[in-house]
Amino acid sequence: MNHLSSETFRENARAALADVHLRGALKNATSLFGERRREAAASLPNWEELRSRARAIKDEALLHLDRYLEEFVRNAESRGARVHWARDAAEANTIICRLATERDARIIVKSKSMTTEETHLNDALEAAGMQVVETDLGEYIIQLAHETPSHIIAPAIHKTRGQIAELFTAELGMPPTDDVAQLTSTARATLRDRFAAADVGISGVNFGIAETGTIVIVENEGNIRLTTSLPRVHIAVMGIEKVVPSFADLDVFLKLLPRSGTGQRLTTYQSFITGTKRRATDEGPEELHIVLLDNGRSRMLAHPVTRQSLACIRCGACLNACPVYQQVGGHAYGSVYPGPIGAVITPQLMGIEKTSQLPYASSLCGACREVCPVKIDIPRLLLHLRGEITAQRKGSAAERLAFKLWARVMMSPLLYRTSSIAGRLLQHIIPISRAWTSGRDLRPIESQSFHDRWKTLQ
Amino acid sequence: MKVSLFVTCLVDQLWTSIGVSSVEVLRRVGCEVEFDQRQTCCAQPAYNTGYLDEARQVARRFISIFEESHAEAIVSPSGSCTAMVHHYPQLFADDPEWLSRSKSIAAKTHELSSFLVRVLKVEDVGASWSGRLTWHDACHGLRDLNLKSEPRTLIRNVRGAEFVELEHADACCGFGGTFSVKYPEISLAILDQKIEAIERAGVQAVVSGDASCLMQIGGRLSRKGSKVRVMHLAELLAADSRG
Repeated sequence: MNHLSSETFRENARAALADVHLRGALKNATSLFGERRREAAASLPNWEELRSRARAIKDEALLHLDRYLEEFVRNAESRGARVHWARDAAEANTIICRLATERDARIIVKSKSMTTEETHLNDALEAAGMQVVETDLGEYIIQLAHETPSHIIAPAIHKTRGQIAELFTAELGMPPTDDVAQLTSTARATLRDRFAAADVGISGVNFGIAETGTIVIVENEGNIRLTTSLPRVHIAVMGIEKVVPSFADLDVFLKLLPRSGTGQRLTTYQSFITGTKRRATDEGPEELHIVLLDNGRSRMLAHPVTRQSLACIRCGACLNACPVYQQVGGHAYGSVYPGPIGAVITPQLMGIEKTSQLPYASSLCGACREVCPVKIDIPRLLLHLRGEITAQRKGSAAERLAFKLWARVMMSPLLYRTSSIAGRLLQHIIPISRAWTSGRDLRPIESQSFHDRWKTLQ
Repeated sequence: MKVSLFVTCLVDQLWTSIGVSSVEVLRRVGCEVEFDQRQTCCAQPAYNTGYLDEARQVARRFISIFEESHAEAIVSPSGSCTAMVHHYPQLFADDPEWLSRSKSIAAKTHELSSFLVRVLKVEDVGASWSGRLTWHDACHGLRDLNLKSEPRTLIRNVRGAEFVELEHADACCGFGGTFSVKYPEISLAILDQKIEAIERAGVQAVVSGDASCLMQIGGRLSRKGSKVRVMHLAELLAADSRG
């Protein structure tokens, strides 16, 4: 199930549907997350107003992204951070590898970061001879299993407790048990040792505050606090869309993000990091590097329709709510970003050439839009991308022809009537789509259309 | 009130009783119903599959035909096709003339239950049907048109009908237009969640506001040999067990 490609979404999905463990794990996790989110949202009487405010803040930040980024960089650097601009994934990885190599880093601890998953940073660091340890429990599990995350906030959501127990026995040599407390404490003990030995800590960023140059990261396990405070050097990787204008904006986002993600009112830890330590006697890293990543984001920004994709705060709520994700899970999408928002972002990041199946991997039910804390109109974006795919002739030729014919028929009452009669006569002779009839009976065409029946109704 | 019926191509070809029932219900509540024989499709299949030129072409035709009507409202027994008409302005964002024409048509176009409850303020159409039934929220009616209480109000006022809420009534049935044949396995996997919920509800009928969902749900129920029947809201509201 590993490292699948978006090009084979159909086959990936088929394999996922046949995996009973996966489907059991997905059903439990997505329904639990979904229920918790609903309860948490209902606990705030002004939920809808918060969503609108969050979106307005994101829209403002994105509309003037250049200005807010410059302000963010100025303020972060004036407090001792060093900011690096990366045009794409390769540039970001080069910068980070160079920073690590120059500091003779051998062991790197990492906290959960979708942005570094996007750039495949671990591969780059390992190729440069460094040992990289993921310290988020879910990420640690999938690192041990040599897999990729299958959910934005719960990377090992596809795994059952039993599978994790087997993995820990095989990889960490612990006696077989499926006791969660024992599994967690084994991981904890192994990771604590790595934290103490690490030369560099690498994290992601949830929000970058322009007016103070602060980076904000939320979490539950405490591993991010350790990653960003124990090693001498902290490198934070941040997509350029993560900047928000002011500290006060967090009032909205810190209410929405945990509630939408895990259904919590507050995450256990919230780290606010502004520059480096001021005095030698202070605790914390000596160096803070912030790598600002574009990697296709300014392209999304340029288009008025797709711009809203950048408002995403990576809560994962749309994944849990999506009927497709609920059935096939994250790996099938063959992308770091799965689910509805993944089907929107992936083609924009990687190009539609190899990802043209993803925007169609949705029934357009709109459950994603309903739960999105920043009101991203995901179905609209999927439709926009479908339009791009057909405009660039990336869809099937037969389908294009079929819709040309369809339009002809729908434009002419005569053709419409004729084809309806033809369909009625031929429906029992010509084979009907097996794609439909493999699991469902097909309703036959009526012997008389409503157009015909209308005459008797007048 | 004079209304123009947009019956939808699906109902026209595959499920005419929904159209007939819609006419009956509208007449029963005092509407004068007209039907323009030139109508075909709302353009949704092309729009949802990404064929925007074809969608615009068919949408323009829809607008031109219904603009000629003197009816005060266009009423359709489909949340999905009504929502499509409401989306027309997105198709004509760069075309001021058609943008304004599409907005006028969208403002006049109503889904049946919404028209009855919100426009006519009718909550009881005098229907009767005996048995236990449940309601499936079709996605576009629910999320694009915000129809939640309207159909339920109408159903609760059907004499003899015992209404029970379906577990996850607002979950998609997996149809999704071309999605159902592009990814039939996923579509069926989603559908089976719905079927299980319907089976647990112990009902004689599952009612919804869109023929497309009913085709999907009904096609699976019939394949599985289930006794539960699917029924469009219009059919239920036109039902009169007194004969």
